Amino acid sequence: MDILKATAVDLVSAMVDGSLTSEEITQACLARIEACNGELNVFLSVDAEAALEQARAIDARRAAGEVLGPLAGVPIGIKDNFCTTDFPTTCGSRMLEGWVPPYDATVVGRLRLAGLVIVGKTNMDEFAMGSSTETSFFGPTRNPWDPGRIPGGSGGGSAAAVASFMVPLAIGSDTGGSIRQPGSVTGTVGVKPTYGCVSRYGLVAMASSLDQPGPVARNARDAALLQQIIAGYDPHDSASINQPVPDLVEASTAVDLSGVRVGIVTEFKGDGYEPGVLDRFTEAVELLRGAGAEIVDVSCPAFSYALPAYYLIQPAELSSNLARFDGMRYGLRAGDDGHHGAEEVMNLSREEGFGREAKRRIIIGTYALSAGYYDAYYGSAQKVRSLIQADFDRAFEQVDVLVSPTTPTVAFKIGERMSDPMSMYLADLCTIPSNMAGNASASFPAGLSEGLPVGLQVMAPPMEDARLYRVGGVLERALEAQWGGPLLEQMNTSDASKVVPA
Amino acid sequence: MTDVVDYDELLTRYEPALGLEVHVELNTATKMFCGCANEFGGEPNTHTCPVCLGLPGSLPVINAKAVESAIRIGLALNCEIAQWCRMARKNYFYPDMTKNFQTSQYDEPIAFDGWVDLEVEGQTYRVEVERAHMEEDAGKATHVGGSGRIQGAEYSLIDYNRAGVPLIEIVTRPIRGAGDKAPQVARAYVAHLRELMKALGVSDVKMEQGSLRCDANISLAPVGSDVLGTRTETKNVNSLRSVERAIRYEMTRQAAILDAGLPVKQETRHFHESDGTTSAGRSKEEAEDYRYFAEPDLMPIAPSRAWVDELRATLPEPPAERRARLQQEWGFSDIDFAAIVNSGALALVDDTVRAGATPVAARKWWVTELARRANEDGVELDSLPITPAQVVSVQGLVDQGIVNDKLARQVIDGVLAGEGEPGDIVATRGLAVVSDESALGAAVDEAIAGNPDVADKIRAGKVQAAGALIGQVMKAMKGQADAAKVRELVLARLS
Repeated sequence: MDILKATAVDLVSAMVDGSLTSEEITQACLARIEACNGELNVFLSVDAEAALEQARAIDARRAAGEVLGPLAGVPIGIKDNFCTTDFPTTCGSRMLEGWVPPYDATVVGRLRLAGLVIVGKTNMDEFAMGSSTETSFFGPTRNPWDPGRIPGGSGGGSAAAVASFMVPLAIGSDTGGSIRQPGSVTGTVGVKPTYGCVSRYGLVAMASSLDQPGPVARNARDAALLQQIIAGYDPHDSASINQPVPDLVEASTAVDLSGVRVGIVTEFKGDGYEPGVLDRFTEAVELLRGAGAEIVDVSCPAFSYALPAYYLIQPAELSSNLARFDGMRYGLRAGDDGHHGAEEVMNLSREEGFGREAKRRIIIGTYALSAGYYDAYYGSAQKVRSLIQADFDRAFEQVDVLVSPTTPTVAFKIGERMSDPMSMYLADLCTIPSNMAGNASASFPAGLSEGLPVGLQVMAPPMEDARLYRVGGVLERALEAQWGGPLLEQMNTSDASKVVPA
Repeated sequence: MTDVVDYDELLTRYEPALGLEVHVELNTATKMFCGCANEFGGEPNTHTCPVCLGLPGSLPVINAKAVESAIRIGLALNCEIAQWCRMARKNYFYPDMTKNFQTSQYDEPIAFDGWVDLEVEGQTYRVEVERAHMEEDAGKATHVGGSGRIQGAEYSLIDYNRAGVPLIEIVTRPIRGAGDKAPQVARAYVAHLRELMKALGVSDVKMEQGSLRCDANISLAPVGSDVLGTRTETKNVNSLRSVERAIRYEMTRQAAILDAGLPVKQETRHFHESDGTTSAGRSKEEAEDYRYFAEPDLMPIAPSRAWVDELRATLPEPPAERRARLQQEWGFSDIDFAAIVNSGALALVDDTVRAGATPVAARKWWVTELARRANEDGVELDSLPITPAQVVSVQGLVDQGIVNDKLARQVIDGVLAGEGEPGDIVATRGLAVVSDESALGAAVDEAIAGNPDVADKIRAGKVQAAGALIGQVMKAMKGQADAAKVRELVLARLS
């Protein structure tokens, strides 16, 4: 078995039957990271010794006959905005360079309990603000399909880690598409669970009402297993849903879609959508039809206003969430030279600690919440949010899932959109509605356009995450039958030769 | 302190309006949004966790007990209870705020539209309560060097033990029409809230520890005007007496400014206990924009009507009814009873009567003796280190003839000085009344010998002249003689 290319499920089978150890798997992943991280800038921190120690501990427990969880011993990368007691948690920002939290995020705690081997923390746009991982203070992450291109964002590190075979699994967080859009442009599976399905406790907040942790994987089944582990009620997160998590793994193994009604969001096409993206989308929909799904067009008119409304709500919330970074208690402190008062030290620390995009959004958000502007901006955006919610409610009366392209284009070139925030924001056009409404949503590989991955987005009602996996799993099998293997196997361009394993 | 303008005279020209904001720290076991202990004091920064330190990634979870207390307070203030409300973020930067926003309530308070009736000098004043809302306390900053304020301080220390302590802020509508009684009405209102919180059992209400804090908004308008004048907000008013003094001072200060034809500046002012004055703090000319918005990390609070009704059933007897009942039970005149209420001694007198004293005795010690001591020491009556049970013991010593009232005051001195229980203090201080004939005999003989003319009068049947001799004996015995016994001895020797 090729350890690096194997699915998490296959790796666990090999560990169970004794043909592989977690130590061997972890060793292979660490070697791969060692070989490619310099070029791709995926991991911000890696602790090889600690990872191997975790792996050996799992091997010992397995050898002792202990029954372990379904992903025990599998290496995993974690986006650098989840608190970890054994790694710095930088959020891709100078503000938190070197900051090691005194507590673990709930998601991290659950991974440890389930025996996954945490190898390191992945790069991201600063405080999760961006669609390209270029706003990271620690430099951009590169797309393994073409190192001249972006891996999506903000979770470009987690997506690229999985796409470049460094680790089979990763954790991301999705506020407006930060798991799904990177999934789409790297040819991986990225899932934004229902808001409240996975605890946010210990995830450094960007926009509290939109943030949701989720899995990144190379196939639907691995993602389902990972979501099953991190999901579930957490009393530390008031938004956490106190309901049993449905069987996602079972759903991911479905073989047909008979009786499933699939709605195509008619608003998500036309100008701005690359023809190749629309072609792959149409072909994928035909495969769903072939698998027994009933396909209908569904109009969700308020989705057209999702992006502008999102760019009021999200900056408003983050302007408040990021207020705590003031150099007083942790993180960067500037101007502490005995000549500056507390207020000046706060100002200087924020001036030096935050990058341009963070400052831009803090300013927008502060403005949107200001007295006299609140109703026109934040208030109106909240009304749009209700309309989006209503569109989803109406749509889900007619269909079981909605589908669209995940993002209008394939991965763009590094630097291409950095000077034009609006064009950058458009990358999340199709993913934002699900954050605004809090429903479940995922991106699955749908093929290539001009040699670069295209994703298909599936959206399901709240707590119906299983439907994502059912549709995604069926699509994956149909496409892989055509391709003769996973999409990632087709990654073999000369540009990326260094990062494609033999 | 001398008034800047004659107080009574200013009221012929100006009508005061008050707005009181009272913060009550709840005595829940844990903080508002985390499991840390809610305790006053403690080593700095020991009652803290990622949540109340506002560490990145931490999230609040609301304390159900605090919501329950808030609802009970709202009900006791005759408020409506919201069927649905949310917490809100109040955004501002300050080092004692761990998140640089305070989780509070804005346009959706848990309780609103209430009132309380207050008795001041025989007249009833209705104070309308606009709202009572939930919020969290900030940490406590100590600025070292300079004036003790953040500006000009050498360095500052911050203790986050208080960060996240649950608070209820109770806000009145403008209180108008109180005229010269405005300071007393304010005091009576705060005293009423204290009594109410104590009866509800929701707070320690210790003003000197800050578990009940009052900010007083004061403005003056020309008599007959419908428009409110420019207000100032006086902070740091930490006792009932200070509430009264601060308002009175602000009224005279503002009157002097208005008399000079100048505008009152809208600002925060700080009250100084030492001289009873206020001084300017932060200017509020540019209203601070707190950018309130609904707290997205907490779910809306929707107390069911059934729960609210359940909580209503747990309310203590309403203060007015309680006062009427106690006055009747104790048999005091309106004036005598009002003195108890106004000195903030109602609960203490009640407890003392329950512990076995007569109402007259309980009133005597609390309202005359102990209220005076509290006033002298500048502390609240109930913070004096003496319990109702100890007051009962003191009165018991008097009733048994072991001490007289004068000696009893010295026993109280001992209790307040932490010397132990009243009975022990009588022994250690040697305060018992002397009624032993042999000990008194010499002093009686001496008094008779020293006042032959008085002795003659008594011998002649003028028994009332004995008082002069008894006084001599008492003086000689430093007040510790049993007066009845002395009288008995004097009369026996001179009959």
